[in-house]
Amino acid sequence: MAGSRLSRWFDRKGWSDLIVGAPYIWLLVFFLLPFLVVVAMSVATKTSTAPPISWGGEVPLVSWEAYARVFGDGLYLRAFLTSVLNAAVAMVLCLLIGYPMALGLVRVAPAWRNILLMLVILPFWTSFLLRVYAWMGLMGRNSWFNGMLTDAWNVLVPVDWAVRSIPMMNTNFAVVLVMVYTYLPFMILPLYASLERLDPTLDEAAMDLGSKPARVFWDVTLPQSIPGIIAGGMLVFIPAAGELVIPTLVGNASSPMIGRVISDEFAQARDWPMASAVAVVLLLMMVVPTMLYSHFQARAEGSK
Amino acid sequence: MKRRPVFLITMLAFGFAFFYIPILSMIVYSFNESRLATVWGGFSTKWYVSLFSNRQVLAALVLSLKIAFISASIATILGTMAGIALARFRAFRGRVMFSGLVTAPLIMPEVITGISSLMFFIMLAEWIGWPAQRGFTTVTLAHITFSMVFVTTVVQARMIQADRAIEEAAMDLGSRPWQVLFDVTLPVIFPAILSGWLLAFTISLDDVVITSFTTGPGSTTLPLLIWSKVKLGVTPDINALATLMVLVVGAGVLIAGIVMNRAAARASADARLAYRANE
Repeated sequence: MAGSRLSRWFDRKGWSDLIVGAPYIWLLVFFLLPFLVVVAMSVATKTSTAPPISWGGEVPLVSWEAYARVFGDGLYLRAFLTSVLNAAVAMVLCLLIGYPMALGLVRVAPAWRNILLMLVILPFWTSFLLRVYAWMGLMGRNSWFNGMLTDAWNVLVPVDWAVRSIPMMNTNFAVVLVMVYTYLPFMILPLYASLERLDPTLDEAAMDLGSKPARVFWDVTLPQSIPGIIAGGMLVFIPAAGELVIPTLVGNASSPMIGRVISDEFAQARDWPMASAVAVVLLLMMVVPTMLYSHFQARAEGSK
Repeated sequence: MKRRPVFLITMLAFGFAFFYIPILSMIVYSFNESRLATVWGGFSTKWYVSLFSNRQVLAALVLSLKIAFISASIATILGTMAGIALARFRAFRGRVMFSGLVTAPLIMPEVITGISSLMFFIMLAEWIGWPAQRGFTTVTLAHITFSMVFVTTVVQARMIQADRAIEEAAMDLGSRPWQVLFDVTLPVIFPAILSGWLLAFTISLDDVVITSFTTGPGSTTLPLLIWSKVKLGVTPDINALATLMVLVVGAGVLIAGIVMNRAAARASADARLAYRANE
């Protein structure tokens, strides 16, 4: 009865092995292995063959030259710094705009809430590239938006400082602005989720005991929403720090972000070891905030 | 206590203006007569006409939809398997590694995923001669890999909420594990599987960075076509294309939202009826 033995084996062990095994093997082959290739590349030597790398050939087989340059050459350190700074500023701005919005969503009438929530999510479903592109139209020198800002600026400042248009495109300011625009939903949604769970009677109790609304916010609402703040912050910071599309389209080429450095090293300079080393360092840099995030996430779920 | 939260409502209004003014501006300027994309020169629909006669755009759209459909479908199967495994199989060999592999693509910067996939495919071609050239297949493989983990996240969350007692009851009544899976578990988590598929589909349809690294000559997806054009600046025909995409996606999300709201309302009404019948 080989058939029934087989089917019993399948019931007991086979089907669960299949369910775990298929995605496991897929990720090992198409995610882990490619990443190991990058790690291997980062200690290879650049050559002028195709593909433009080789491993040793002479002792020592591995070369740490690329890593030495990551930490020795100011270009790469500056790019890392620019990325972290831009991402951090974008994260803080998202928090400052997103927090009152999330709180507003919790406080509005339930009939409105679903519609407004959908309006927060809607841009997120539309093309990322086109949302960046929409700002290229607004920031350009001849656009109505730039014109409006220029007029406002000229009214507010002394005549000597008057400008014909505000240089917005190809600046770090533009990068941060567009990052805030594209990543704001990532901040609002976790904040909304954590604020929605709060018990409104706590607010009322604090009010009844004579606290002013501002005090209630600082002492009651804000401390309880910290897991949401951290989740939102990480969801903005992590993709923002490795961003490639936004700095390429609206950023300043002379102070590039690290994503663009990786892409340029790879495609333009054809220096694969260098691109790989920068990628490995960037990923290691991402591990720290991610572990913090999952730590707080686990704690938030534990306290639920 | 029932003061109107004026500050919060102002911030909401400001926030929504911030979200939608750039998109509205883009829509308005797609009807601009002038070739200068940012200077208004009168109303015209000529950019739409030129868009519909542009074979390149249509071919790119078809390719994008094909890749998105195939990759979302395979990603949904693999991602659902991984979600079930993580939610139901408490201890198996390599579980820690597995859950790491499932979260890592979520935080990996796209540029690194793109470069590592490209280097992998190039080295693979060196070692075993496949893939001989990059294009449809390599893009689809890369899309499956990074979108399946989003499906897993959605399915896993739903599995954790789902009532295990139904599955256990089916087991006790003599169903075999795979029957439980197909007759009980999958129908219960079907909404999550569907939203996972939609998520994977949109992610694939939207991707620029990973596609740009893994594609080859002749395989230009719509985002890549747009990407190569917008790098040169703002043009009215892209405004028209963007408007169409925003309207189609907006209508889709709106309809999906209404359908899901109704389904949820019907489900909770059914649950109430069931409870009442049992009382």
